[in-house]
Amino acid sequence: MKNSKGVLIVVTVIVALLFALGSFYTVDETEQVVVTQFGKAVGEPKKDSGLYVKLPFIQNANYFPKNLQEWDGDPGQIPTLDKTFIWVDTFARWKIVDPLSFFQTVNNITGALGRLDDIIDPAVRNFITSYPLLETVRRTNRELDTFELGLEKEEMKDKRRLGTVKFGREKITRGIMEQAQPKLAKFGIELVDVKIKRLNYVEEVQKSVFGRMIAERKQIAEKFRSEGKGEARKIEGETEREMKRITSEAYKTAQEIMGKADATATRIYAGAYGRGPDFYSFVNTLDIYRKTLDKESFLILSTDSDFFRYLKSYSGGGK
Amino acid sequence: MAWDWDKLKQQHQRPDSGVPPGVEDMVRKFKGLKLPGGWIIILVVLAIYIGSSTFYTIGVDEVGIVQRFGKYVRTTQPGLSFKLPRGIEKVTKVKVRYIYKEEFGFRTVEAGVRTQYSASHAYGGEFLMLTGDLNVAVVPWIVQYRVKDPYEFLFKVHNVRGTLRDLTESTMRLVVGDRSINEVISKREEIADEARLLLQKELDEAETGIYVVAVEMKKTNVPEPVQPSFNEVNQAVQEKERMVYQAREEYNKAIPAAKGNAEKTIKSAEGYALDRINRAKGDASRFVALYNEYSRAKDITRRRLYLEALTDFLPKLGSKYIIDANQRNLLPLLNLGKQQGVQE
Repeated sequence: MKNSKGVLIVVTVIVALLFALGSFYTVDETEQVVVTQFGKAVGEPKKDSGLYVKLPFIQNANYFPKNLQEWDGDPGQIPTLDKTFIWVDTFARWKIVDPLSFFQTVNNITGALGRLDDIIDPAVRNFITSYPLLETVRRTNRELDTFELGLEKEEMKDKRRLGTVKFGREKITRGIMEQAQPKLAKFGIELVDVKIKRLNYVEEVQKSVFGRMIAERKQIAEKFRSEGKGEARKIEGETEREMKRITSEAYKTAQEIMGKADATATRIYAGAYGRGPDFYSFVNTLDIYRKTLDKESFLILSTDSDFFRYLKSYSGGGK
Repeated sequence: MAWDWDKLKQQHQRPDSGVPPGVEDMVRKFKGLKLPGGWIIILVVLAIYIGSSTFYTIGVDEVGIVQRFGKYVRTTQPGLSFKLPRGIEKVTKVKVRYIYKEEFGFRTVEAGVRTQYSASHAYGGEFLMLTGDLNVAVVPWIVQYRVKDPYEFLFKVHNVRGTLRDLTESTMRLVVGDRSINEVISKREEIADEARLLLQKELDEAETGIYVVAVEMKKTNVPEPVQPSFNEVNQAVQEKERMVYQAREEYNKAIPAAKGNAEKTIKSAEGYALDRINRAKGDASRFVALYNEYSRAKDITRRRLYLEALTDFLPKLGSKYIIDANQRNLLPLLNLGKQQGVQE
């Protein structure tokens, strides 16, 4: 029959398709594949993307990511070399470079993350505990501007108290990576980098740090206030000095001017009166008589005075 | 994709196996219509279905990344493009012009004219940072980025956004860790610039295909318990300035006044000088004029002046006594005068 013939064709097509599909597989840009035959790896891992052929049903394609994977560390409290407890959160990035070893040793991503935990976390702990806090916090020995204005000697000392940075955070994280990397090679994992994401004081330490910060600020505030007072006093002193200078200079100038005027006047008087000193005293004495003698004064005149000489004799011959 | 294709193929085959009766009816109907045959119709439908997956449009802010059997083959620009059908080629659209934003240390709750930020406490771990002088700072910031290399963006990193966030946090802490608390508060621009450069380098090394458009610092501060003491410092700075200004003000008030007074003293001295000299000159001229006349007729002038003076003052005198030149004892006379009060 026409119908049964059709069914036969359809079945054949389906079986053929299943075989065809089973013998092809694609590898995405982000993936790599290990082909296994009854659980045993066959051939080189396929690291390039594209279309591949395998034996249907017998061979199996196992996919692994090829792109950069992330690992987030378990944040934990770690004491530094100078016995400060800090809370460190790290992260790392890694990739599968040898999918075959990866497949054989850790099998999948979850397994790999477990191994990374086991290896990176202790490495982080080792490094953080063997350096002072400053080394982990800072990157370079860059000069810090510790106070807003006017660095003074005391603060310079204060800065020295913090110490200098010999390694810095980048070197420490590189150290962590170098310590962890060899241990991960056998899992087919390459550690690309390890970084510190967060770094904070644990709560108790934080409280005392806050206390220190407050004390430090109060001290700075006090410094500014006394600086202000000092500067104000200086200006006040300057004001006073200027006042004295201006006043005394004016006095000096005034005296000079008046002295000169007096001198000039004296010269003029001397020049004029010098012509007839006798006449000058005569005229002036008469003037003084005019000014000084009044009702209250009484005068006793002798008859032999010039004025009354005519009283005794008309000739004025006197005695 | 391969699975879809497979399933669809099966769906299209089923009618002929006669399993769903409805479809069988349809097939019979087709036969009844005496069309060229059911097979052809099925092929046409299949062709249309496959054909529909051979073209696609890319928006203006996007590019299309085409993969053939998983392998990257080309990037297509905005507009209508064609590709091989489903199962062979696959296109992923990536927004390359869109600027993405990530917030750190705070979250925008409701963006708008007045953007509201959620309570920063919830993200404490994110914004608290250790500074280079081992103090604690509050540092919120945002990162704006866009996709620079869609190929890297899609294929090189498993979780691009997560990687970006982790790298940004780590970079920002690295930069802040090398700054003092004062610098963190006052030099935000500088920190943002350095963080942007470092972050870009990290992202390039990680092959994320991301370009950092901007790193923008929000209001950096010290943790809440320490804030009052920092404000106190600011106040002290203000106070200092105020004291200095006050002193200057006093100076500016006193000095010009003193200068004015000084000027006045000098001017009045000058006045004195003028007065003194002019008077001297006047007196001198008068005397000289008088003397010149006097020298011409000395005796008579002398007499005249003498008598004039006497005329002037003698009448004003209260009492006058004239005593003979031979009289020696004046005392009784004087006593008498005083007691009885000689009448004029």
